[in-house]
Amino acid sequence: MAEKLQLVGIKKMLRGRQVLDGVDIDVRERRSLVIIGGSGQGKSVTLKCALGLMKPNAGQVLVDGADVTRMPEEIRARVMRKFGMLFQGAALFDSLTVWENIAFRLIYADNVARPEARERAIETMRKVRLSPDFADVRPIELSGGMQKRAGLARAIIAKPDILFFDEPTTGLDPITADAINDLIVEMTKELGCAAVSITHDMASARKIADEIAMLHGGKIVWRGPTASLDSSGNAMVEQFVAGRADGPIQAVV
Amino acid sequence: MINPFAPIGRATIGFCAEIGRFSAFTGRAAAAIVSPPIFIGQFLRQCLAIGYFSLPVIGITAVFIGAALALNIYVGGARFNAEQFVPNIVVLGITRELGPVLAGLMLAGRVSAGIAAEIGTMRVTEQIDAMTTLSTDPFRFLIAPRVLAATLTLPILVLAADVIGVMGGYLVAVNSLGFNGATYLRNTFEFVEAQDVILGLVKAGVFGFIIASMGAYQGYHSSGGALGVGRATTNAVVGSIVLILAVNYLITAFFVN
Repeated sequence: MAEKLQLVGIKKMLRGRQVLDGVDIDVRERRSLVIIGGSGQGKSVTLKCALGLMKPNAGQVLVDGADVTRMPEEIRARVMRKFGMLFQGAALFDSLTVWENIAFRLIYADNVARPEARERAIETMRKVRLSPDFADVRPIELSGGMQKRAGLARAIIAKPDILFFDEPTTGLDPITADAINDLIVEMTKELGCAAVSITHDMASARKIADEIAMLHGGKIVWRGPTASLDSSGNAMVEQFVAGRADGPIQAVV
Repeated sequence: MINPFAPIGRATIGFCAEIGRFSAFTGRAAAAIVSPPIFIGQFLRQCLAIGYFSLPVIGITAVFIGAALALNIYVGGARFNAEQFVPNIVVLGITRELGPVLAGLMLAGRVSAGIAAEIGTMRVTEQIDAMTTLSTDPFRFLIAPRVLAATLTLPILVLAADVIGVMGGYLVAVNSLGFNGATYLRNTFEFVEAQDVILGLVKAGVFGFIIASMGAYQGYHSSGGALGVGRATTNAVVGSIVLILAVNYLITAFFVN
Protein backbone atom coordinates (compact mmCIF):
# COMPACT_ATOMS: atom_id res chain seq x y z
CA MET A 1 0.00 0.00 0.00
CA ALA A 2 1.24 3.44 -0.92
CA GLU A 3 1.71 6.31 1.52
CA LYS A 4 -1.21 8.69 1.08
CA LEU A 5 0.20 11.39 3.32
CA GLN A 6 3.67 12.03 4.65
CA LEU A 7 4.91 14.84 6.85
CA VAL A 8 8.69 15.00 6.67
CA GLY A 9 10.71 17.10 9.11
CA ILE A 10 7.95 19.63 9.66
CA LYS A 11 9.05 22.62 11.71
CA LYS A 12 6.81 25.47 12.74
CA MET A 13 7.52 28.45 14.94
CA LEU A 14 4.66 30.51 16.35
CA ARG A 15 5.15 33.73 18.32
CA GLY A 16 8.81 32.91 18.91
CA ARG A 17 8.09 29.36 20.17
CA GLN A 18 9.21 26.27 18.26
CA VAL A 19 5.89 24.42 18.26
CA LEU A 20 6.90 21.70 15.80
CA ASP A 21 10.52 20.66 15.71
CA GLY A 22 10.83 18.11 12.93
CA VAL A 23 7.60 16.12 12.91
CA ASP A 24 7.65 12.98 10.75
CA ILE A 25 4.44 11.06 10.23
CA ASP A 26 2.95 9.06 7.41
CA VAL A 27 -0.27 7.23 6.80
CA ARG A 28 -1.18 4.67 4.18
CA GLU A 29 -4.49 4.22 2.45
CA ARG A 30 -7.12 2.38 4.46
CA ARG A 31 -5.12 3.03 7.63
CA SER A 32 -6.04 5.22 10.55
CA LEU A 33 -3.38 7.10 12.49
CA VAL A 34 -4.19 8.86 15.72
CA ILE A 35 -1.85 11.47 17.14
CA ILE A 36 -2.08 11.83 20.89
CA GLY A 37 -0.37 14.35 23.12
CA GLY A 38 -0.95 16.92 25.80
CA SER A 39 -2.44 20.35 25.33
CA GLY A 40 -0.13 22.82 23.59
CA GLN A 41 2.16 20.14 22.17
CA GLY A 42 1.40 21.02 18.55
CA LYS A 43 -1.26 18.49 17.54
CA SER A 44 -3.55 21.06 15.95
CA VAL A 45 -0.60 22.83 14.30
CA THR A 46 0.49 19.50 12.80
CA LEU A 47 -2.97 19.00 11.38
CA LYS A 48 -3.11 22.57 10.05
CA CYS A 49 0.27 22.13 8.33
CA ALA A 50 -0.94 18.88 6.76
CA LEU A 51 -4.13 20.56 5.56
CA GLY A 52 -2.32 23.56 4.12
CA LEU A 53 -3.98 25.95 6.57
CA MET A 54 -0.54 26.83 7.91
CA LYS A 55 2.72 26.96 6.03
CA PRO A 56 5.52 25.13 7.82
CA ASN A 57 8.86 26.92 8.28
CA ALA A 58 10.65 23.80 7.11
CA GLY A 59 9.84 20.29 5.93
CA GLN A 60 7.60 18.68 3.36
CA VAL A 61 3.96 17.66 3.19
CA LEU A 62 3.67 14.89 0.62
CA VAL A 63 0.28 13.84 -0.73
CA ASP A 64 0.58 10.73 -2.90
CA GLY A 65 4.29 11.53 -3.06
CA ALA A 66 3.91 15.11 -4.30
CA ASP A 67 5.13 17.94 -2.08
CA VAL A 68 2.21 20.34 -1.67
CA THR A 69 4.29 22.98 0.11
CA ARG A 70 6.14 23.75 -3.11
CA MET A 71 3.23 23.57 -5.54
CA PRO A 72 1.70 26.54 -7.34
CA GLU A 73 -1.52 27.60 -5.62
CA GLU A 74 -3.93 26.27 -8.26
CA ILE A 75 -2.32 22.81 -8.34
CA ARG A 76 -2.17 22.69 -4.56
CA ALA A 77 -5.88 23.56 -4.42
CA ARG A 78 -6.58 20.60 -6.69
CA VAL A 79 -4.59 18.25 -4.44
CA MET A 80 -6.42 19.60 -1.39
CA ARG A 81 -9.66 18.32 -2.89
CA LYS A 82 -8.51 14.90 -1.71
CA PHE A 83 -8.99 16.04 1.89
CA GLY A 84 -11.97 15.97 4.20
CA MET A 85 -11.91 17.42 7.69
CA LEU A 86 -14.05 17.20 10.80
CA PHE A 87 -13.29 20.18 13.03
CA GLN A 88 -13.32 20.11 16.81
CA GLY A 89 -16.39 22.33 17.10
CA ALA A 90 -17.78 21.01 13.78
CA ALA A 91 -17.28 24.55 12.33
CA LEU A 92 -20.63 24.52 10.56
CA PHE A 93 -21.61 27.73 8.78
CA ASP A 94 -24.21 29.52 10.92
CA SER A 95 -25.84 31.29 7.99
CA LEU A 96 -26.60 28.12 6.03
CA THR A 97 -29.01 25.26 6.70
CA VAL A 98 -27.71 21.84 7.66
CA TRP A 99 -28.09 20.41 4.15
CA GLU A 100 -26.39 23.46 2.61
CA ASN A 101 -23.51 22.99 5.04
CA ILE A 102 -23.16 19.35 4.10
CA ALA A 103 -23.41 20.09 0.39
CA PHE A 104 -21.25 23.23 0.55
CA ARG A 105 -18.38 21.75 -1.40
CA LEU A 106 -20.66 20.23 -4.03
CA ILE A 107 -22.50 23.52 -4.60
CA TYR A 108 -19.67 26.03 -4.42
CA ALA A 109 -16.56 24.12 -5.45
CA ASP A 110 -17.87 21.35 -7.69
CA ASN A 111 -20.78 23.31 -9.26
CA VAL A 112 -23.30 20.56 -8.63
CA ALA A 113 -26.89 21.75 -9.17
CA ARG A 114 -28.68 22.51 -5.90
CA PRO A 115 -31.43 19.85 -6.23
CA GLU A 116 -28.84 17.13 -6.82
CA ALA A 117 -26.61 18.50 -4.07
CA ARG A 118 -29.54 18.44 -1.64
CA GLU A 119 -30.33 14.86 -2.58
CA ARG A 120 -26.73 13.81 -1.97
CA ALA A 121 -26.61 15.76 1.30
CA ILE A 122 -29.71 13.97 2.59
CA GLU A 123 -28.31 10.62 1.50
CA THR A 124 -25.11 11.43 3.43
CA MET A 125 -27.14 12.54 6.46
CA ARG A 126 -28.72 9.09 6.50
CA LYS A 127 -25.26 7.51 6.32
CA VAL A 128 -24.12 9.34 9.45
CA ARG A 129 -27.50 8.59 11.07
CA LEU A 130 -28.64 12.20 11.17
CA SER A 131 -32.35 12.41 10.45
CA PRO A 132 -33.21 14.21 7.18
CA ASP A 133 -35.84 16.06 9.23
CA PHE A 134 -32.98 18.35 10.27
CA ALA A 135 -31.94 19.16 6.70
CA ASP A 136 -33.59 22.57 6.66
CA VAL A 137 -32.72 23.79 10.15
CA ARG A 138 -29.75 25.97 11.10
CA PRO A 139 -26.77 24.29 12.80
CA ILE A 140 -27.41 26.24 16.03
CA GLU A 141 -30.58 24.17 16.50
CA LEU A 142 -28.62 20.90 16.57
CA SER A 143 -27.13 19.23 19.66
CA GLY A 144 -23.34 18.82 19.92
CA GLY A 145 -23.50 15.20 18.74
CA MET A 146 -25.74 16.12 15.80
CA GLN A 147 -23.37 18.92 14.83
CA LYS A 148 -20.52 16.41 14.79
CA ARG A 149 -22.57 14.12 12.57
CA ALA A 150 -23.32 17.01 10.23
CA GLY A 151 -19.63 17.94 10.22
CA LEU A 152 -18.73 14.33 9.43
CA ALA A 153 -21.30 14.24 6.63
CA ARG A 154 -19.79 17.43 5.20
CA ALA A 155 -16.30 15.91 5.39
CA ILE A 156 -17.22 12.70 3.59
CA ILE A 157 -19.76 13.85 1.00
CA ALA A 158 -17.13 14.39 -1.70
CA LYS A 159 -15.53 10.99 -0.96
CA PRO A 160 -12.09 12.22 0.11
CA ASP A 161 -8.90 10.16 -0.02
CA ILE A 162 -7.67 11.43 3.33
CA LEU A 163 -9.87 12.29 6.29
CA PHE A 164 -8.73 14.44 9.20
CA PHE A 165 -10.39 14.52 12.60
CA ASP A 166 -9.61 17.21 15.15
CA GLU A 167 -10.66 16.06 18.63
CA PRO A 168 -13.77 14.34 17.25
CA THR A 169 -15.27 13.46 20.64
CA THR A 170 -14.45 16.58 22.65
CA GLY A 171 -17.45 17.96 24.49
CA LEU A 172 -19.63 14.91 23.90
CA ASP A 173 -21.09 12.56 26.50
CA PRO A 174 -19.49 9.07 26.52
CA ILE A 175 -22.35 7.38 24.67
CA THR A 176 -22.50 10.00 21.91
CA ALA A 177 -18.70 9.99 21.74
CA ASP A 178 -18.71 6.23 21.23
CA ALA A 179 -21.35 6.56 18.51
CA ILE A 180 -19.17 9.16 16.74
CA ASN A 181 -16.15 6.85 17.07
CA ASP A 182 -18.16 4.01 15.50
CA LEU A 183 -19.19 6.31 12.66
CA ILE A 184 -15.61 7.39 12.03
CA VAL A 185 -14.46 3.76 11.82
CA GLU A 186 -17.41 2.84 9.60
CA MET A 187 -17.02 5.81 7.24
CA THR A 188 -13.25 5.50 6.82
CA LYS A 189 -13.66 1.78 6.06
CA GLU A 190 -16.51 2.41 3.65
CA LEU A 191 -14.60 5.14 1.80
CA GLY A 192 -11.33 3.19 1.92
CA CYS A 193 -9.49 6.38 2.75
CA ALA A 194 -6.58 7.18 5.04
CA ALA A 195 -7.43 8.88 8.32
CA VAL A 196 -5.43 11.14 10.59
CA SER A 197 -6.93 12.13 13.91
CA ILE A 198 -5.73 14.11 16.87
CA THR A 199 -7.18 13.54 20.29
CA HIS A 200 -6.39 13.21 23.95
CA ASP A 201 -9.39 10.98 24.49
CA MET A 202 -7.74 7.58 24.91
CA ALA A 203 -11.01 5.64 24.51
CA SER A 204 -11.51 7.34 21.17
CA ALA A 205 -7.88 6.74 20.14
CA ARG A 206 -8.09 3.03 20.94
CA LYS A 207 -11.31 2.68 18.98
CA ILE A 208 -10.48 4.52 15.77
CA ALA A 209 -6.73 3.98 15.42
CA ASP A 210 -4.76 1.32 13.61
CA GLU A 211 -1.65 3.10 14.80
CA ILE A 212 -1.00 5.70 17.47
CA ALA A 213 1.75 8.32 17.53
CA MET A 214 2.58 10.50 20.49
CA LEU A 215 3.60 14.11 19.95
CA HIS A 216 5.56 15.82 22.68
CA GLY A 217 7.86 18.83 22.60
CA GLY A 218 7.24 19.32 18.89
CA LYS A 219 8.44 15.79 17.97
CA ILE A 220 6.92 12.36 17.56
CA VAL A 221 8.32 10.55 20.59
CA TRP A 222 6.63 7.17 20.02
CA ARG A 223 4.65 5.42 17.35
CA GLY A 224 3.21 1.94 17.27
CA PRO A 225 0.15 -0.22 16.65
CA THR A 226 -2.83 0.44 18.90
CA ALA A 227 -2.47 -3.01 20.43
CA SER A 228 1.02 -2.12 21.71
CA LEU A 229 -0.07 1.11 23.41
CA ASP A 230 -0.12 -0.47 26.88
CA SER A 231 3.31 -2.04 26.40
CA SER A 232 5.00 0.87 24.64
CA GLY A 233 8.03 0.97 26.94
CA ASN A 234 7.96 4.74 26.63
CA ALA A 235 7.63 6.57 29.94
CA MET A 236 5.79 9.52 28.38
CA VAL A 237 3.25 7.30 26.64
CA GLU A 238 2.72 5.30 29.82
CA GLN A 239 2.15 8.47 31.83
CA PHE A 240 -0.23 9.90 29.23
CA VAL A 241 -2.24 6.67 28.89
CA ALA A 242 -2.48 6.29 32.64
CA GLY A 243 -3.36 9.97 33.02
CA ARG A 244 -0.86 10.50 35.85
CA ALA A 245 0.31 13.97 36.88
CA ASP A 246 3.73 12.66 37.96
CA GLY A 247 6.18 11.54 35.33
CA PRO A 248 8.40 12.98 32.59
CA ILE A 249 5.57 15.15 31.22
CA GLN A 250 4.94 18.22 33.33
CA ALA A 251 1.29 19.11 33.63
CA VAL A 252 0.50 22.61 32.37
CA VAL A 253 -1.88 24.24 34.86
CA MET B 1 19.24 51.69 30.00
CA ILE B 2 15.78 52.04 28.46
CA ASN B 3 15.79 53.89 25.17
CA PRO B 4 12.89 56.39 25.33
CA PHE B 5 12.58 56.35 21.53
CA ALA B 6 12.18 52.58 21.32
CA PRO B 7 8.40 52.53 21.95
CA ILE B 8 7.91 55.27 19.33
CA GLY B 9 10.02 53.31 16.84
CA ARG B 10 8.17 50.09 17.61
CA ALA B 11 4.81 51.80 17.17
CA THR B 12 5.93 53.38 13.88
CA ILE B 13 7.21 50.07 12.52
CA GLY B 14 4.01 48.36 13.69
CA PHE B 15 1.89 51.04 12.01
CA CYS B 16 3.82 50.73 8.73
CA ALA B 17 3.58 46.93 8.86
CA GLU B 18 -0.18 47.19 9.43
CA ILE B 19 -0.54 49.48 6.41
CA GLY B 20 1.46 46.98 4.36
CA ARG B 21 -0.68 44.07 5.50
CA PHE B 22 -3.90 45.98 4.84
CA SER B 23 -2.67 46.99 1.37
CA ALA B 24 -1.79 43.38 0.54
CA PHE B 25 -5.20 42.28 1.84
CA THR B 26 -7.11 44.81 -0.27
CA GLY B 27 -5.01 43.85 -3.31
CA ARG B 28 -5.96 40.21 -2.80
CA ALA B 29 -9.61 41.19 -2.31
CA ALA B 30 -9.55 43.27 -5.51
CA ALA B 31 -7.98 40.36 -7.41
CA ALA B 32 -10.70 38.03 -6.07
CA ILE B 33 -13.39 40.43 -7.32
CA VAL B 34 -12.21 40.28 -10.93
CA SER B 35 -11.19 36.63 -11.19
CA PRO B 36 -13.51 33.62 -11.31
CA PRO B 37 -15.25 31.92 -9.63
CA ILE B 38 -17.56 34.81 -8.81
CA PHE B 39 -20.32 34.00 -6.36
CA ILE B 40 -23.21 36.03 -7.76
CA GLY B 41 -25.68 34.81 -5.12
CA GLN B 42 -23.39 35.97 -2.33
CA PHE B 43 -22.89 39.32 -4.06
CA LEU B 44 -26.63 39.93 -4.41
CA ARG B 45 -27.21 38.92 -0.79
CA GLN B 46 -24.58 41.44 0.30
CA CYS B 47 -26.08 44.16 -1.92
CA LEU B 48 -29.30 43.62 -0.01
CA ALA B 49 -27.64 43.56 3.41
CA ILE B 50 -25.23 46.43 2.84
CA GLY B 51 -27.18 48.59 0.41
CA TYR B 52 -30.90 48.12 0.80
CA PHE B 53 -30.98 47.64 4.57
CA SER B 54 -28.78 50.71 5.08
CA LEU B 55 -31.25 52.94 3.29
CA PRO B 56 -33.29 53.89 6.40
CA VAL B 57 -30.26 54.96 8.41
CA ILE B 58 -28.80 56.89 5.48
CA GLY B 59 -32.14 58.54 4.74
CA ILE B 60 -32.72 59.63 8.34
CA THR B 61 -29.17 60.98 8.59
CA ALA B 62 -29.49 62.88 5.31
CA VAL B 63 -32.82 64.52 6.06
CA PHE B 64 -31.64 65.87 9.41
CA ILE B 65 -28.30 67.01 8.04
CA GLY B 66 -30.01 68.81 5.14
CA ALA B 67 -32.44 70.47 7.53
CA ALA B 68 -29.74 71.55 10.00
CA LEU B 69 -27.54 72.76 7.17
CA ALA B 70 -30.33 74.97 5.83
CA LEU B 71 -30.88 76.52 9.25
CA ASN B 72 -27.17 77.16 9.80
CA ILE B 73 -26.63 78.66 6.36
CA TYR B 74 -29.67 80.86 6.83
CA VAL B 75 -28.35 82.18 10.15
CA GLY B 76 -24.79 82.56 8.84
CA GLY B 77 -25.92 84.06 5.55
CA ALA B 78 -28.08 86.63 7.35
CA ARG B 79 -24.93 88.20 8.74
CA PHE B 80 -24.07 89.54 5.29
CA ASN B 81 -27.54 89.51 3.69
CA ALA B 82 -26.95 86.29 1.79
CA GLU B 83 -29.92 84.23 3.06
CA GLN B 84 -30.99 83.59 -0.52
CA PHE B 85 -27.99 81.27 -1.00
CA VAL B 86 -29.42 78.61 1.30
CA PRO B 87 -30.51 76.26 -1.56
CA ASN B 88 -27.18 76.68 -3.36
CA ILE B 89 -25.01 75.96 -0.35
CA VAL B 90 -27.22 73.11 0.90
CA VAL B 91 -27.02 71.27 -2.41
CA LEU B 92 -23.29 71.93 -2.72
CA GLY B 93 -22.56 70.82 0.84
CA ILE B 94 -24.72 67.73 0.58
CA THR B 95 -23.55 66.48 -2.81
CA ARG B 96 -19.84 67.23 -2.52
CA GLU B 97 -19.16 66.62 1.14
CA LEU B 98 -21.80 65.77 3.69
CA GLY B 99 -23.70 63.17 1.69
CA PRO B 100 -20.77 60.85 1.01
CA VAL B 101 -18.90 61.51 4.25
CA LEU B 102 -21.85 61.06 6.57
CA ALA B 103 -23.09 58.05 4.63
CA GLY B 104 -19.56 56.65 4.89
CA LEU B 105 -19.39 57.27 8.62
CA MET B 106 -22.81 55.76 9.26
CA LEU B 107 -21.90 52.70 7.23
CA ALA B 108 -18.56 52.44 9.03
CA GLY B 109 -20.62 51.87 12.14
CA ARG B 110 -23.24 49.65 10.61
CA VAL B 111 -21.50 47.71 7.85
CA SER B 112 -17.81 47.64 8.74
CA ALA B 113 -18.57 46.56 12.30
CA GLY B 114 -21.02 43.94 11.04
CA ILE B 115 -18.55 42.49 8.56
CA ALA B 116 -15.75 42.42 11.15
CA ALA B 117 -17.97 40.69 13.71
CA GLU B 118 -19.30 38.14 11.23
CA ILE B 119 -15.99 37.23 9.63
CA GLY B 120 -14.20 37.44 13.00
CA THR B 121 -16.63 34.96 14.52
CA MET B 122 -16.16 32.70 11.51
CA ARG B 123 -12.40 32.93 12.03
CA VAL B 124 -12.38 32.07 15.74
CA THR B 125 -14.87 29.21 15.28
CA GLU B 126 -12.74 27.74 12.46
CA GLN B 127 -15.46 28.28 9.84
CA ILE B 128 -12.97 30.04 7.56
CA ASP B 129 -10.54 27.12 7.88
CA ALA B 130 -13.44 24.78 7.17
CA MET B 131 -14.27 26.74 4.02
CA THR B 132 -10.68 26.37 2.83
CA THR B 133 -10.78 22.61 3.40
CA LEU B 134 -13.99 22.55 1.33
CA SER B 135 -12.01 23.82 -1.66
CA THR B 136 -13.59 27.27 -1.51
CA ASP B 137 -11.42 30.37 -1.27
CA PRO B 138 -12.75 32.56 1.58
CA PHE B 139 -11.51 35.63 -0.29
CA ARG B 140 -13.78 34.83 -3.20
CA PHE B 141 -16.74 33.56 -1.19
CA LEU B 142 -16.74 35.91 1.80
CA ILE B 143 -14.65 38.97 1.13
CA ALA B 144 -14.95 39.79 -2.58
CA PRO B 145 -18.80 39.86 -2.58
CA ARG B 146 -18.85 42.17 0.46
CA VAL B 147 -16.23 44.55 -0.90
CA LEU B 148 -17.86 44.69 -4.33
CA ALA B 149 -21.34 45.14 -2.90
CA ALA B 150 -20.22 47.99 -0.63
CA THR B 151 -18.27 49.67 -3.45
CA LEU B 152 -21.25 49.57 -5.80
CA THR B 153 -24.12 50.22 -3.41
CA LEU B 154 -22.64 53.12 -1.44
CA PRO B 155 -22.79 55.47 -4.47
CA ILE B 156 -26.47 54.54 -4.91
CA LEU B 157 -27.08 55.20 -1.23
CA VAL B 158 -25.29 58.54 -1.51
CA LEU B 159 -27.39 59.46 -4.50
CA ALA B 160 -30.45 58.77 -2.38
CA ALA B 161 -28.87 60.71 0.50
CA ASP B 162 -28.27 63.67 -1.82
CA VAL B 163 -31.93 63.80 -2.80
CA ILE B 164 -33.19 63.27 0.74
CA GLY B 165 -30.69 65.79 2.18
CA VAL B 166 -31.72 68.45 -0.30
CA MET B 167 -35.34 67.73 0.52
CA GLY B 168 -34.54 68.10 4.23
CA GLY B 169 -33.17 71.55 3.50
CA TYR B 170 -36.17 72.30 1.30
CA LEU B 171 -38.66 71.35 4.02
CA VAL B 172 -37.01 73.60 6.59
CA ALA B 173 -36.48 76.44 4.13
CA VAL B 174 -40.08 76.39 2.91
CA ASN B 175 -41.84 75.66 6.19
CA SER B 176 -39.69 77.59 8.68
CA LEU B 177 -37.63 80.12 6.81
CA GLY B 178 -40.24 81.45 4.42
CA PHE B 179 -38.68 80.37 1.13
CA ASN B 180 -40.81 79.84 -1.92
CA GLY B 181 -40.78 76.14 -2.77
CA ALA B 182 -40.55 76.47 -6.54
CA THR B 183 -37.81 79.10 -6.31
CA TYR B 184 -35.86 76.96 -3.85
CA LEU B 185 -35.94 73.96 -6.17
CA ARG B 186 -35.12 76.06 -9.25
CA ASN B 187 -32.12 77.59 -7.49
CA THR B 188 -30.99 74.15 -6.38
CA PHE B 189 -31.15 72.58 -9.84
CA GLU B 190 -29.67 75.59 -11.60
CA PHE B 191 -26.75 75.79 -9.21
CA VAL B 192 -25.74 72.15 -8.86
CA GLU B 193 -23.38 70.81 -11.53
CA ALA B 194 -22.80 67.27 -12.65
CA GLN B 195 -19.26 67.33 -11.31
CA ASP B 196 -20.55 68.08 -7.78
CA VAL B 197 -22.63 64.91 -7.85
CA ILE B 198 -19.90 62.91 -9.54
CA LEU B 199 -17.36 63.94 -6.91
CA GLY B 200 -19.71 62.69 -4.20
CA LEU B 201 -20.29 59.41 -6.00
CA VAL B 202 -16.57 58.81 -6.56
CA LYS B 203 -16.00 59.42 -2.86
CA ALA B 204 -18.84 57.06 -2.02
CA GLY B 205 -17.38 54.25 -4.14
CA VAL B 206 -13.99 54.64 -2.48
CA PHE B 207 -15.56 54.81 0.99
CA GLY B 208 -17.57 51.68 0.27
CA PHE B 209 -14.38 49.85 -0.66
CA ILE B 210 -12.66 51.10 2.51
CA ILE B 211 -15.57 50.19 4.80
CA ALA B 212 -15.92 46.61 3.57
CA SER B 213 -12.18 46.00 3.22
CA MET B 214 -11.42 47.28 6.72
CA GLY B 215 -14.22 45.21 8.25
CA ALA B 216 -13.13 42.10 6.39
CA TYR B 217 -9.45 42.68 7.17
CA GLN B 218 -10.01 43.09 10.89
CA GLY B 219 -12.38 40.13 11.04
CA TYR B 220 -10.16 37.88 8.95
CA HIS B 221 -7.19 38.48 11.25
CA SER B 222 -9.05 38.32 14.54
CA SER B 223 -8.01 35.80 17.15
CA GLY B 224 -8.58 35.10 20.80
CA GLY B 225 -12.30 34.35 21.00
CA ALA B 226 -14.97 36.90 21.89
CA LEU B 227 -12.38 39.42 23.07
CA GLY B 228 -10.58 39.23 19.72
CA VAL B 229 -13.81 39.63 17.77
CA GLY B 230 -14.74 42.65 19.91
CA ARG B 231 -11.32 44.18 19.29
CA ALA B 232 -11.63 43.52 15.55
CA THR B 233 -15.02 45.22 15.46
CA THR B 234 -13.75 48.30 17.27
CA ASN B 235 -10.66 48.48 15.06
CA ALA B 236 -12.81 48.14 11.94
CA VAL B 237 -15.00 51.10 12.89
CA VAL B 238 -12.13 53.32 14.03
CA GLY B 239 -9.92 52.36 11.06
CA SER B 240 -12.74 52.96 8.57
CA ILE B 241 -13.60 56.37 10.01
CA VAL B 242 -9.99 57.57 10.05
CA LEU B 243 -9.39 56.31 6.50
CA ILE B 244 -12.64 57.81 5.21
CA LEU B 245 -11.79 61.24 6.59
CA ALA B 246 -8.21 61.13 5.29
CA VAL B 247 -9.18 59.84 1.85
CA ASN B 248 -12.03 62.34 1.69
CA TYR B 249 -9.53 65.16 1.98
CA LEU B 250 -7.24 63.62 -0.65
CA ILE B 251 -10.05 63.11 -3.17
CA THR B 252 -11.39 66.63 -2.56
CA ALA B 253 -7.92 68.13 -2.96
CA PHE B 254 -7.38 66.13 -6.15
CA PHE B 255 -10.68 67.29 -7.69
CA VAL B 256 -10.28 70.89 -6.57
CA ASN B 257 -6.79 71.10 -8.00
